[in-house]
Amino acid sequence: MTHTADAIVIGAGIHGCSTALHLALRGVKALVIEKDYAGRHASGVNAGGVRQLARHLAEVPLSVASMEFWERIRDIVDDDCGFEAHGQVLIAESETELDGCRARVDDLRLRGFTHEELLDRTQLRDLVPAAAEHCVGGIVSRRDGAANPFRTTQAFRRKAIALGARFLEGVSVSNLRRHGRAWRLETTHGSFEAANVVNAAGAWADRITAQVGEPVPLQVIAPMLMITAPMPSFVAPVVILRGRKLSFKQFANGTVLIGGGHLGHPFRNENRTELDWHKLSESAGTVAELFPIMAGSTIVRAWAGIEARMPDDIPVIGPSHTSEGIFHQFGFSAHGFQLGPSVGALMAELITTGATNVPIEPFRIQRFSEHRFQHNQSGRQEPMN
Amino acid sequence: MSNALKTRYDVAVIGAGPAGLAAAAVTARAGLETIVLDENPSPGGQVYRAVTTSPLHATKVLGDDYRRGLDLVRELERSGAQLVSATTVWSVSRELEVGISRHGRAQLLSARRIVLATGALERPFPIPGWTLPGVMTVGAAQTLLKSSGLVPQGSVVLAGLGPLLWLYAAQLLNAGASINAILETTPRRNLLSAVPYAPAFLLSPYFSKGLALLARVRRRVRILPGATRIAAVGDSQIQAVRFVARGREIRLPVDNLLLHQGVAPNVNLAMSIGVEHRWDALQLCWRPIADEFGRTSIPGIAVAGDGAGICGAWAAEQRGRLAGLRIVNDLAGGRVAEAPSEQSLRQSLRRWQIGRGFLDRLYQPAAQFRVPEDDAVIVCRCEEVTAGQVRHAVRIGCEGPNQLKSFLRCGMGPCQGRLCGLTVTELMAAERRVAPQAVGYYRLRPPVKPITLAELASLPRSDAAESAVVRE
Amino acid sequence: MFARLAAVDETSVSLRIDGEPIEARPGDTVAAALLAAGFQHCRTSAVSGALRAPYCMMGVCFDCLVNIDGVGNRQSCLVPVREGMKVELQRGKRAPVA
Repeated sequence: MTHTADAIVIGAGIHGCSTALHLALRGVKALVIEKDYAGRHASGVNAGGVRQLARHLAEVPLSVASMEFWERIRDIVDDDCGFEAHGQVLIAESETELDGCRARVDDLRLRGFTHEELLDRTQLRDLVPAAAEHCVGGIVSRRDGAANPFRTTQAFRRKAIALGARFLEGVSVSNLRRHGRAWRLETTHGSFEAANVVNAAGAWADRITAQVGEPVPLQVIAPMLMITAPMPSFVAPVVILRGRKLSFKQFANGTVLIGGGHLGHPFRNENRTELDWHKLSESAGTVAELFPIMAGSTIVRAWAGIEARMPDDIPVIGPSHTSEGIFHQFGFSAHGFQLGPSVGALMAELITTGATNVPIEPFRIQRFSEHRFQHNQSGRQEPMN
Repeated sequence: MSNALKTRYDVAVIGAGPAGLAAAAVTARAGLETIVLDENPSPGGQVYRAVTTSPLHATKVLGDDYRRGLDLVRELERSGAQLVSATTVWSVSRELEVGISRHGRAQLLSARRIVLATGALERPFPIPGWTLPGVMTVGAAQTLLKSSGLVPQGSVVLAGLGPLLWLYAAQLLNAGASINAILETTPRRNLLSAVPYAPAFLLSPYFSKGLALLARVRRRVRILPGATRIAAVGDSQIQAVRFVARGREIRLPVDNLLLHQGVAPNVNLAMSIGVEHRWDALQLCWRPIADEFGRTSIPGIAVAGDGAGICGAWAAEQRGRLAGLRIVNDLAGGRVAEAPSEQSLRQSLRRWQIGRGFLDRLYQPAAQFRVPEDDAVIVCRCEEVTAGQVRHAVRIGCEGPNQLKSFLRCGMGPCQGRLCGLTVTELMAAERRVAPQAVGYYRLRPPVKPITLAELASLPRSDAAESAVVRE
Repeated sequence: MFARLAAVDETSVSLRIDGEPIEARPGDTVAAALLAAGFQHCRTSAVSGALRAPYCMMGVCFDCLVNIDGVGNRQSCLVPVREGMKVELQRGKRAPVA
């Protein structure tokens, strides 16, 4: 027996859940099919950064739009998601880096974006008193902050269900093909059909794109994080670095979360990751240099999520290039959490009206075959221009 | 014992209790480069704690069995294995890479085979007030006695069940200290389920030792059997213990309340590696799935001793030797000089396992002390999460311990579930009306012991590849 | 409270706990020395401020955390005493002394 739905969303990460919620707001009751449980992977274990700061230019409009949602998150999902906005600060560790910051802020302003402000040495220390001596300034985005990623994903899921969406968890999609005017999905729990299917399958999204003749150069990565035992409060904003991999956040309970994108080893077929202690060691060294007070702090846990990275570090968002009724929403390259609310809204808009308010042309799936990609020595694909 | 550590070994044994000492001696004698890593200042594990340094070794306080530990340490020293004490193991990967920390510095080493011999820990005993100063485990008090010659003062009450409780009581009396009362919590029906195993128990070495010990203690200490609704009372420290015995509610002023209701395998390291476990419905704990040589679901990783399932110190040695022999067979081929054959080890093991059936049933802790009825009882000591909060989380849809971590922070403290894991599994199972196996256990992450940022930063550099590769 | 058996060696290691001079036996762990010296608790919880004391004495409960020679969150039941050691009870969210 085949079940039919208004729309099917594959994947219940923040993006799948957000899309399901926004579809429901527009009267479309989606069926979300998730192979584990909502927030099991990248969406549930990331650093929770709610960040407009330092985004790729193409993402800025989406990020700014998302901020509006975050500031009303309790109204949208009946849960504050642990969202706290004490700003995000990017630190420049040299004059050269600071010049780069200045150029960036100027460029954004020219384009009409004012969320990033330049900081000099004194202003930096007003915001981050514990920063080491060698830090010369940086950039602040004041509305930014962080939230609880698992809680947020679950809140979107709960609200989507309240508005009529259905979730099937522990169910994997094995096959996707056209069936008349609809799409037919074979799963471990039977067959499902819908006119519109959203591929929000994260690190497994390339398996879906392959089913509709759209292979993509998706790289599975395992960004690592560490968390410490509680310490007395010493830093309020989230801190990132311009020149090195670091993201740094202290929670209300005093624990400090250290991230930044150092990669471990993913085993996506087994839902597991292995940590790279050498890289974590480097992270630890970076933190100790930046915040000397942290040298004696104790690390109580380290972990990694399973995420999808695209070669140009920006996601795939938009309609399929080969198949009408298929939509893609994946590849957020370790910075998709903050974008969840607005991209879900955008996806629902796209599906129901055929157009979007915010430009998504840079995120089109066909960009990988348009440019002639070169393989560099490590096997990673990069655009030629 | 050389102080310098290599980065590659044939065999890494984690834990210097009876199983670890025995396993390492076998592999080292066969010529395999063997290292024993132990976090305590000196070898012996828990059962032979401080056996090489105890101030009481010359006295009759601790009993003759304790001396066995010295024999095992000497055997290890003669074998050529490298023993490294005061060394914390904070990570073991499936690729058999071990993260260790000593003298404030971290390093990684790798081995062709790893033996996890991390032993057992005392079962949690979640009663009201169990986090108060003045409340500790019987094992803790015994460690203070063995390692430092310390005895508890004032009004001392022991509560619970199991051989260790009686052993320590006897040791305390031998030392000339006094015990106000023993609150025995053995449920009456345990006797019924244990009786069919009694004949086998009578044949076991446990029987005669156990009986004499029990008789000695019972003669000199007030015993209150069938104690229920035990609670520690006090504000900044314990002042009294309240309980019900023989139908009466009793309150005893107390300076030291010592709790014990058996031991369970310390599965923390094995779980963090991803070794498969199953719930043992008799011993009411998680055990790694392993064959008779201790081989687990992860190639190259074996478990031996109480960490594989509670079996006692003597059986732990035999299992250690079996694990060692299998490794020698795999890596070096042929027989090992001076080693018993696998056949004789199995026979020894069978002899010592007779009697376990009786003890496991007699000393199965009562449900009320495994799954607190009182919602206010703290279940997760680290994060101070109560039984009521866990029940509520289950009612609003939390199905397992991992979702619980995100809802409540339960299990996210430094003990990583060592003291709450069993309680949480059984509590959620009871609330959901499913088997503990269905509820599962926390997904654990290294470091399994906290390391400082400075220690981690001090890891010797290597030429590691820059980025991750996709592995299918 | 815990007291030393008469049969045990004299104590000879000097250390300080919260500034107070303490004598311990070589081979004592810091937790044992603390209890022998009459301290009832070793830390206050970072979650609620409740007083905590060593519970398991074998490194699994993490209740015996103290600050030793400037580093916090040390499991005192696993650290042997050393001459001149500076131990501080851990209060709430303990910062390492810089």
